Order: sequence, then structure tokens, then C-alpha cells
Amino acid sequence: MVTFIIRRLIATILLLIVVSMITFAIFFLIPRLAGQNSYQLATQYVGRNPTRAAVLDIETKLGLNEPIYVQYGRFLKALVFGEHYNSGTSSTYCPPPCFGYSFRSQQPVWPQMVSDLPVTISLAVGAAILWLIGGVTIGVISALKRGTIFDRFSMGVALAGVSLPIFFTGLVSLELFSYKWPIFPNVTFVPLTTNPLLWARNLVLPWVTLAFLYAALYARLTRAGMLETMGEDYIRTARAKGLNERTVIVKHGLRAALTPIVTIFGMDLGALLGGAVITEHTFSLNGLGQFTILAINNQDLPEILGVTMLAAFFIVIANLAVDILYAVIDPRVRH
Amino acid sequence: MADRTGRAKDARAAAPTVTDTTAPATSSMLDVRDLRIHFPTDDGLVKAVDGVSFTLDRGKTLGIVGESGSGKSVTSLGIMGLHHGTRADIGGKIWLDGEELVAASPTRVRELRGSKMAMIFQDPLSSLHPYYTVGSQISEAYLIHNKVSKKAAKDHAVEMLNRVGIPNPQTRVDDYPHQFSGGMRQRAMIAMALSCNPELLIADEPTTALDVTVQAQIIDLMADLQQEFGSAVIIITHDLGVVAELADDILVMYAGRMAEYGTSEDVFDRPAHPYAWGLLGSMPRLDQARIERLIPIPGTPPSLINVPSGCPFHPRCAYAAQTNGRSVNEIPQLRAVAPGHEVACHLSTDEQRRIWGEQAARMQLSPPARHFHEEDA
Repeated sequence: MVTFIIRRLIATILLLIVVSMITFAIFFLIPRLAGQNSYQLATQYVGRNPTRAAVLDIETKLGLNEPIYVQYGRFLKALVFGEHYNSGTSSTYCPPPCFGYSFRSQQPVWPQMVSDLPVTISLAVGAAILWLIGGVTIGVISALKRGTIFDRFSMGVALAGVSLPIFFTGLVSLELFSYKWPIFPNVTFVPLTTNPLLWARNLVLPWVTLAFLYAALYARLTRAGMLETMGEDYIRTARAKGLNERTVIVKHGLRAALTPIVTIFGMDLGALLGGAVITEHTFSLNGLGQFTILAINNQDLPEILGVTMLAAFFIVIANLAVDILYAVIDPRVRH
Repeated sequence: MADRTGRAKDARAAAPTVTDTTAPATSSMLDVRDLRIHFPTDDGLVKAVDGVSFTLDRGKTLGIVGESGSGKSVTSLGIMGLHHGTRADIGGKIWLDGEELVAASPTRVRELRGSKMAMIFQDPLSSLHPYYTVGSQISEAYLIHNKVSKKAAKDHAVEMLNRVGIPNPQTRVDDYPHQFSGGMRQRAMIAMALSCNPELLIADEPTTALDVTVQAQIIDLMADLQQEFGSAVIIITHDLGVVAELADDILVMYAGRMAEYGTSEDVFDRPAHPYAWGLLGSMPRLDQARIERLIPIPGTPPSLINVPSGCPFHPRCAYAAQTNGRSVNEIPQLRAVAPGHEVACHLSTDEQRRIWGEQAARMQLSPPARHFHEEDA
């Protein structure tokens, strides 16, 4: 088990390096291959209508005229040790971990992402708990009561949940529960440490909206998984032992049915931590998703690069967590 | 019978149900009477088991033989109460040690399951949960039926693994099923089934999924353990060799009905049903020189939705034409051809003896059961 985790850790670190190479190449190598020279590249890092001097200044600071591997080396070094962008005439400091420096907004990218992270984490983790519990519970009951009114109704609602986009369900819920009947007025983010009650209350609508989409998917997945496992021979063995039905369902059935759920749960949560773009935008929550939208609108390349790297990091880490969880759940994976 | 009707006259009101609730006439460990298990499906009623009766004493072994779909496994799952929660429609009576199970509450049957009656399944790999250690799966049954600590239950699991011949049980107890070989898995299944010292053990095709070399070991193990535990055993199989080794009594099933029921000697030495003749004729034998080819039973087992009229075996039976059409029109009732030897066939007893005599002579068949039992005695 320990060797398994170490092997997975090494693989994860290698994967992260590859991911950073590819992301870096997209931003710095591909434009070159497409025929842009370093001066044209540098114009994109300065504000609109830049002076020639400002562009040359950035070109030197970012080292855009140097070979690509030197640039990548600087990029990695900046992540660990920070970076002094120096053009001779002016110097800009980006403290570690330096995910890049936005010359448009005149600030490093990392602190901006860090300040937005609590919003995204609050949103994603809260919704994840809701949809995991809700979806799995409904899926299990639906499977056990297959063909009943409960099953048909919940699977119908699940179909709606999968089909309806968040900007629709989110706006409807805002309209109903924030304006018409103001049970949850003023949906704004309040840090957990400031006021836990208000934090939770203001996040209820985004949580439920986001969870509705995912819970629907999870309910269908769980139902299918449970229907399959409850027909397995080892379930019959468990019943033949004289176990009560609850133990048979939870300990023997659900345990096996949960394996694919764990996989997809890790991936979904990892992806959401990189920014729940539509939900954040719908509810005007200033998390990583909103940050991404702003960065794209402003064509702020260092910010886009930074948030891309962070999102990739979350997904790779989620993958690692899933692999380890898998080994915990299924002993056959360990060997 | 006369006595029973006489009593019915005396207590008219209570009469029809009195026989249902009283204990069975025999003191057998297991007494199954007129068991019927029907499944309503969209295509029609599937009579998976239709009117099966047998008794089984402590320390004795009953072999239930038949092709796939003959109702062997459905019968055993019915005794275990494992049709509960499905759409199965169960009728008849099952007395286990004097306690009626068909009408008993599911909770009561669940309490008996695993403690008083236990079951071994065909494929030990799919029948063991892949996510739990062999030890925890064995102690699981012991823990719910006995008030013991987890430690004691685990010690018991080690002891059981030892008794079924697993080497290094102290370490193997923490292994997962996928770390066991096929034969060891079936040994572990047997250990699990026997962990609460059940009085009735049902083995559903216990050797079918195993290597031929391992099959013999498992059969020997089951015979040894039966001696040791004194359980009543039902062994379900389509392999007559297994039955010949283990069974005291044999029940031959066809299309959910009883075809022939008798002692092992009856069925192997003096089989009376054409289907039993077919089974014996199609069995490969290693204990004598072969002069004839194996004779397969022609045709395929019938669909249980459209069971052939009359005798369900008549489309495949070479002798159906000799019964003046009764085989096609009339369901043969079980009748005794000798004390304790029953058969459901329209052929007369003399005719059956004549045909079997000819067939046995032609095949130079000496019954395999005799060999084993004489040695045993």
C-alpha cells in the first residue's frame, strides 16, 4: 500500500511537470511557431495602445527573445523562488510562488487567485457534500424501489436536473427565493471566519443550484451501479448468511457500487475547484471562475496562464486522491 | 387417510387448516411437501418448481439431479428463503427441524439462515465479496448469530479455515478472495457455510466451477465434514459422479417436477424413469471398459413457460409412444414402484424393468453407486 502511494506520488509529480510544459508551450511556443516574433508577443502583455518603449521593456523583463527552454527554466524557478523582472530601467518583483505577473493590472497573479480561492472552495465543497449525499441516497432508494412511483419521479427530476443549465435554474432560484420570497436575500460571499451562519445562508442558493445538476447525474449513476451489484452472487451469499437487509445493502451492495462514483466525484470536485465559472457568474460570486472570465475578457495572458495551471493542478491532485481512495476501497487494485 | 377424514368430520370448522399448522408426520430434519415456486412474468407463469416433496434425515445426503432449468437451484433457494423480495409465489410446506418455513416471517427465516441452514454456491469467486478479507466474510456470519467478540470471531474463522484444509490459516485469514486459488476459495466458502455449525447444508453445484483435480478434493472434504458435523446435506448437481460419491438419496428433477426419487441404489441400479436412463447413458465412465458411445438425451430442456402437455419429458422420450397417448395428454403422478422408490412415468413397472434391463445389458453398465457403497459398508 505504501509503495503504491509512493509510485502514484512520483507519477503525479511527473504528470504535473508535463502539464506545466504543455501549458507553457501553448502560451510561449505556439505563437512563435505561428510566426510571431518576441516583440509582437510582448505587445500582448502590455495594456492597450502601448508605446514601443513599454513593449521593449516587457520583452526584456519576460526574456521573450531568449530560447524557449531558458524561458521555461525561468518560469519554473519563479514558481519556487519568485522572480525579479528586470529590464535595466525598471524592476518588478513577483514573490514566490510566482505564477506570473500581470503587467496590465500591475500585480502578481498568485495573490489574486489566493484571495478568490475561498469563494470557489466554499462553493465547490459545500455543493459536493450536498450532491454526493443527495445523489447517492436517491440513487440507492431508486434502485431498491425500482419501478415504483418514487423511482419514476426521482429519475424524472434527475433527467430535468441533468438537462437544465445552471444559468437557468440559478436565475429561477434567485428570482424566487431572493426577490419574490426573500428567504436568501443579498447573495454575496461572506468569509467563513467572519460569520459562519451568514456564510452558509448566502451560499445556500448557489450550493443547491450546483448540487442539483450533479446530484441528478450521481443519482442515475448510483441507481445503475446498485442495480448491477445487487444482482451479484456475493449479495446472495450475504443474504444466505442471514445478514439483515440493511447490512446487505450498505455493507455489501453500496460499497461495491460506490467505486465508479468515487472516481467521477474526484474528477468533478477537482474540475470545480479550478472555478465554477457559470455558477459564480450567475450568482456574482467573485471566485476563480469570475477571475478567469475577467482575465479572458481583459486578454490578460499571465492571469489566464496562472489560473490554467492552478486548475490543472487541482485536477491532477484529484486524480491522485481518487487513485489512492480506489486502492483503499478495492483491495484488488493494491497489487 | 381414513383416520384424517374421520377427524375432519369431528372438527369440521378447523379441519382444512389443521394439517397445515401441525408438525410434519415424520421427525426428519428437513421435510418438504408439495413445494411450488412460481414466477409471474410478462410472458406468462413460470412454474420453476411444481410439486416437489422429499425428506432428509440428520447425517444423510440428498442429491438433486437435473439439467439446467429443471428447478434444482430454485428449490434450494426456496428452502433458504432467498426468494423473499422477488415476485416468487411460493406454496407448499417446508419443515426444518419441525419448524415450518414457507409461512414463517422473513425475520425468523433470516435468523435460521446462516445458523441452522447454510448454503455453498457454484462459483466461489463471484460468491465471495471482492472487497472484504476471507476472514471477515467468515466471521461475519458467526458474529450475527453468536454473541461473541470480534477477536473470538476471527479466531473461529482461523479455526474453520484450518478445518477445511487451508494451509497457514493464521495468515491466510487476512487475504482477499482474489489471493486464493479456485479450490481454496471453495474451501473458504465451505468454512463460511459451516461456521455456525448448521444442521442443514445445501451445496449448489459446489464443484462445477472448479478444476477437475480440485473437484475430487472438495467432494472428499464435504464427505469428511459431514461425518464430523453430522449435518443433513443437499447436494445439487448435474454431475452424476458427484452424486454417486456422496448421496444417500437421489431426487431427479425435470422441468420443475419430480421425475424419480429413491435411494442412491434405487436410482443407479434400478432407474425407472426414461430421463434417468438418459442421464445414466450419457455419463462418461472410467471404471469399466467402454464398448458403446455415450448416448445423449435428444432435444433440449423445455421452456418453463410452455411446458409440454402431459408428461413434460414426452417430446424427448423414446418410449412415449408406448403409453397409448397418455404421455401427451396426462401429467404422470408420482407413484411407488418399490417402497421408498417413486417415479412419475406412465410406463408400467414391468415395462420399465424390461427396458432398463436391456439398456443396462447393452451398455454393460454396472451401477457406479454400488461400487462406492459396498466399499463403504
